Amino acid sequence: MSLLSVEDLVVRHGLLQAVRGVTLSVERGETLALVGANGAGKTTLLRAIAGAHQAASGRVVFDGADLSGVPSHERVRKGVALVPEGRRLFVQMTVEENLLLGRTAGRPGDWSVERVLETFPNLKPRRRAKAGHLSGGEQQATAIGRALMSNPDLLLLDEVSLGLSPLVVDRVYASLHGLISSGTTIILVEQDLNRALSVSNKVICMLEGRVALAGDSRNVSRDEVTKAYFGLHRAGGVPA
Amino acid sequence: MSAVSPVIERGTSASRIAGIGVVAIIAMLAIAPQFLSAGSVDRMTALFIYVILAAMWNALAGFGGLVSVGQQVFFGLGAYFAIRLANAGLNPFVSLFVSAIIVGAVSWPISLFMLRLKNGEFAIGMWVIAALTHLLVNLDRLIQGETGTSLISLNVYDASMRRVTIYWLALASMTALLAVLFGLLRGSTGAAIRAIRDNEDAAASVGVRVTGTKRLLFVLAAFGIGVAGALWLATAITFQPKTYFSVQWTAYMIFMVLVGGIGTFEGAIIGALIFFLIETWFGGAGVWYLIGLGATALVFSLLLPRGLWGTLEERFGWRLLSVGYRVRLPAVGAADLAADTTASAQTTTHREKA
Amino acid sequence: MMNQIVQGILLGGYYALIACGLSFMFSVMRIINLAHGSLAVLSAFALWLLASRFHIPPFLGLAIVLPLMAVIGWALQRFLLERSARGGALLPILTTFGLAIVIDNVLFEQFGADTRSLAPFIGSLSYDSWEWPGSIYVGKLAVIIFVTAVVLLGGLQLFLTRTGLGRSIRATSEDPDTAGLVGVDARRANAIAAAIAMVTVGLAGAFLGMRATFDPYAGATQLLFAFEAAVIGGAGSLWGTLIGGIVLALAQTLGATVHPQGFLIGGHVAFLIVLFIRLYTSGLGLRGLLGLASGKAS
Repeated sequence: MSLLSVEDLVVRHGLLQAVRGVTLSVERGETLALVGANGAGKTTLLRAIAGAHQAASGRVVFDGADLSGVPSHERVRKGVALVPEGRRLFVQMTVEENLLLGRTAGRPGDWSVERVLETFPNLKPRRRAKAGHLSGGEQQATAIGRALMSNPDLLLLDEVSLGLSPLVVDRVYASLHGLISSGTTIILVEQDLNRALSVSNKVICMLEGRVALAGDSRNVSRDEVTKAYFGLHRAGGVPA
Repeated sequence: MSAVSPVIERGTSASRIAGIGVVAIIAMLAIAPQFLSAGSVDRMTALFIYVILAAMWNALAGFGGLVSVGQQVFFGLGAYFAIRLANAGLNPFVSLFVSAIIVGAVSWPISLFMLRLKNGEFAIGMWVIAALTHLLVNLDRLIQGETGTSLISLNVYDASMRRVTIYWLALASMTALLAVLFGLLRGSTGAAIRAIRDNEDAAASVGVRVTGTKRLLFVLAAFGIGVAGALWLATAITFQPKTYFSVQWTAYMIFMVLVGGIGTFEGAIIGALIFFLIETWFGGAGVWYLIGLGATALVFSLLLPRGLWGTLEERFGWRLLSVGYRVRLPAVGAADLAADTTASAQTTTHREKA
Repeated sequence: MMNQIVQGILLGGYYALIACGLSFMFSVMRIINLAHGSLAVLSAFALWLLASRFHIPPFLGLAIVLPLMAVIGWALQRFLLERSARGGALLPILTTFGLAIVIDNVLFEQFGADTRSLAPFIGSLSYDSWEWPGSIYVGKLAVIIFVTAVVLLGGLQLFLTRTGLGRSIRATSEDPDTAGLVGVDARRANAIAAAIAMVTVGLAGAFLGMRATFDPYAGATQLLFAFEAAVIGGAGSLWGTLIGGIVLALAQTLGATVHPQGFLIGGHVAFLIVLFIRLYTSGLGLRGLLGLASGKAS
């Protein structure tokens, strides 16, 4: 049984359909990369899986349980954790407090403040600093750490490299490698195609709210993904 | 959606009929005192004052997004300045309106300060202003603290002549204030007002003068409520600060607007009418009447926040006194659109967003 | 003069007590509860009823009334505020105003217009005093109120910074959506915050009844005091509330020495002056002034 299956999911923002009938599944231990242009519906899809948006139709099944109507904090309790776009830290609270908040759901597991600080050594000296005073890389590390503190079975990462210098991105991804090898299931949204393909074993390219391409990260060519990215598959050639 | 161009109209045929109806009603009201008993004339005068209060509070809250629980300050000041002016020798009837102008003038500096506050802070900040003003008025020797005083100079007029004059003044004031508000909402300021009502930040970002528009509404509301306070003084003769600076006046305004339909021109008038009838029938029930008013306001805010008129308007696309534009899609094009939207969504497009 | 300053500071403790619930609810839920004062008066009447009808002394009566106030706070949030807050920032003002009118008039219907006091039920405590050096007499009750305020504010601060529930409440106040995404039940956090706020309101109502008189319509004045103290002191911490309460009380004391009617005027004027200075120097708007609970960690 898949850890997560999304079945014909539709999510609306007002009258606008941001996600229009997406079906996908993720097995335990897999890393799925979601790619696509801005506005393709990747962030909305992740947020809908995390419970921040309600589905208009279709459903999200996690670990055998239908999550329809389950509020986001309950989903964390079931093992879904999102690192939201733009980090969304509690800026008035310290790094440690942000991390401790991740433990609210009370799932058993190995993650502790100490372990997060070991995984992200740059946070160690910043433990008691207000999250609002952190650098971009430190903020991102705190956001990932906060999600890990809930000991998730499924980690959703939304554009973790956005706004970070290449060096910092390397460091963030290095820490992700550790997570992946430890067996955590991950869905990540990433703009950098090379990085997305190298870190994942499955890739889905979204276009205008739909799945334009799904495949194995090692087997799809960059060219195929690029075509799906700009919708050249369907148009059958030159864009109008 | 290619060749269909939407038709832009002001109002509906119903609204044109309603316009004629309004003129007829005002004409009838103007000659009504000939046929009404003295008591009825007084009650009608009270109704006109309620309409003014409701329309002015609605202008502030429903259109300006400024919920105040301190509007009694302008009601009280309207009466107080009238007393002071009459005491200084001005004709009492003239005093009523000069007083309201002073109230409007006083409200301007207050607005400079208070409009920097938001939502709840503005609401309760106005209450502090009202409480302070009440205390300061009490210090006036003429008022003698809570004992109060009277608009004695009005007593030189014959009682029935005085009653009818005040009736006409109230009717004229109500009509004029409603007309000003209507004109304001229909004019270019109206577009700004509705933009602010719908989304203040977005309005500011496209260049709507948010603060200036709000200030205009604030001063208009202060002036109108000042007129109401002065007229109330004229009917009651006696001035006790406690009565005029009571938060109850604002409670009435909120009740009327909330029940009628906040942010709709017609709603405030309907709300005032409903309040008037409830007061006529249940006013004698004393404290239970007040509990009922509070509970009704509470329930409306929770269950029917658009009020009676707002709900009907949304449901049926009603529009009597049209203050905005509406975009009507010709039948051919509407079919395209209907594929994606339900019937109720279509009436929503009829709501003014002009 | 020294005597008056001491009395003013002690009175400030009461204002801090009534203000802290208002500012707490504002900082967590962004709602100014216009029924705040009326609920304090409701608590005072409940204690008065217990004392006069069932001979339960007020301090013992608190054991019944405070849990009741917590339930009221929880229900208030769940059934009224949560619903009306969904309709925008303006609706809760109207909802709580309607509630205030209902509470005031129901109290009037039940208890009539007479002013009441809890003073007769607390024995000599209502007039006992200690003599401090410089022949300053301080009422024992006033000192108890002040100490209670300090303990309550300190306790609240510890709760918010040192416990998981406190952190959840602060997270919810900062960003309810994200709080949900990290596992915080924002609705529960808000309901608990409202319950806590109402316990402080209940306590304030008790002291209002012990140190002075009250009647069914006394809520409005208490609301204004609470609001003024919260705004004057709200520099971003609960302790600011205490300072705000003291400033308000001192301004009232000063006003009373200037003019027999000056007590309330002094308070209102001080409030407006502080507001004026803040608005024109910070440019933050009141949101910054009332200070957010989340800033309390500092």
